[in-house]
Amino acid sequence: MTGARLVRGAVGVAGFLAVAELAVRSGYLDERLLPPPTVVVREAVLLVADPEFTSGLVGTVSRWLTGLALAIAIAVPAGVLLGTVAWAERATRPLLEFLRPIPSVALIPLAILLIPDDFLMKISVIVYASLWPILINTMYGLREVDPLAKDSLRSFGFGRLAVLCRVSLPSTAPFIVTGVRLSAGIALILAISAELLAGGAEGLGVFVIRAGSGNRTDLVIAAALWAGTAGVLSNTALVAAERRLFRWHHVRSGAVT
Amino acid sequence: MLKVVNLAHAYGDQQVLAGIDLSVGDGELVSVVGPSGCGKSTLLRSIAGLIKPSHGQVLINGVPVEQTPDDLAVVFQDYSRSLFPWLSAAGNVALPLRRKGMSRRARREAALAALDQVGLAGSADKYPFEMSGGMQQRVAIARALAYRPALLLMDEPFASVDAQTREDLEDLVLAVRANHNMSILLITHDIDESVYVGDRVVVLTRSPATVTESLTVDLPSPRDQIATRELEAFVRLRSEIGRLVRGRPDLVGEQ
Repeated sequence: MTGARLVRGAVGVAGFLAVAELAVRSGYLDERLLPPPTVVVREAVLLVADPEFTSGLVGTVSRWLTGLALAIAIAVPAGVLLGTVAWAERATRPLLEFLRPIPSVALIPLAILLIPDDFLMKISVIVYASLWPILINTMYGLREVDPLAKDSLRSFGFGRLAVLCRVSLPSTAPFIVTGVRLSAGIALILAISAELLAGGAEGLGVFVIRAGSGNRTDLVIAAALWAGTAGVLSNTALVAAERRLFRWHHVRSGAVT
Repeated sequence: MLKVVNLAHAYGDQQVLAGIDLSVGDGELVSVVGPSGCGKSTLLRSIAGLIKPSHGQVLINGVPVEQTPDDLAVVFQDYSRSLFPWLSAAGNVALPLRRKGMSRRARREAALAALDQVGLAGSADKYPFEMSGGMQQRVAIARALAYRPALLLMDEPFASVDAQTREDLEDLVLAVRANHNMSILLITHDIDESVYVGDRVVVLTRSPATVTESLTVDLPSPRDQIATRELEAFVRLRSEIGRLVRGRPDLVGEQ
């Protein structure tokens, strides 16, 4: 079943690449504007030996992960607070409802103006954008905690804090990790967007801008391929972690729906 | 052991309990039976300190219950919600023992012993979702037993399992009680069950509930699922309680 799905997926990808290759090779698309997939893949492999590219990749990935880690460190406690203290949630809700829908990329120019330090500016926009899914998932996860599960521990004489740590948090953990997974994707987008808009000494975005200004579309696409690979890897790793750690949760929600 | 004095509770305008008086002696098993929706669970929650009743008092060994008392454990009807799905059977049983300041190892050993008692020796490392309903409720009972409470409260503990499992679990509770000197208050809507497991049956009226009657169950021990239920005394008690629950006091005999 999974094997068959894999095969079908691979066939789809191969088909797309073959059509693209054919379109360029036959002259239907201009090779100077859009290089054929074989060239892009070759360039992508060669990039591994390019120090300008690798230092950029390392820089972007480290900012991405730093920003994501900070977002987790802020959003989980904040979500616990807002998910458990009713008046705090009521007091902040209008503000959150206003801020949340603003596309974070639109705030990058503002961040550039407000935060002179390049690293801090980039980290700030990553953190800001990736806060939301984790925050919201933590809040909603806490609201979903079964009151009977809490009562079960409470009936043994455990206090509020113990119930929070031993029942509410474990019960919310699957929601939090899903939030982290969504945030990881957003954080990567912001890490690269900030570089595209603000430039900098190194970074995937910086590399792409330079390659673009030299009309090297093959390098632009090859770098994008690497960015996509990073996103796919992180998503796959987190999905696998969710399946492994929260089997109880998936069995349960699967039984309900 | 347990004394409930003039306990009343209302949710908003809705009066659920209207002055309940009952007691459970040391080592006694008291069944509380009443029509559905009469406030049995509210009574249990008040005793467990999970809700604060509007009026009246709950005393455990003469001490008023303010919060959830230390020496008490509860088995709820809905095992699938009251067990912690992220913990194994042994983990579920061991968790409350943290309150007792036991070492990790001692907790694990106590959990395994309790699981053994309820016939789940081989399933300690299974997760609730890997178990049948009856097994899950056994884990919940083991969790309460391992805690060694002086008072065990059971809220319709067998209402969500099949008939065969139900009989097994009734006998399990009776066996457990014979081994530990534990006072048990068991809430049920099943009249047969209330008589079969009880030393005494307390009958509640419709909501707002009061106690109509407290009947001593004078049946030989150990009880037997077939023989006990055939006894004339069993049948008589069952009929009497049945009439009380249906609210036909005119048909009730003496007692």
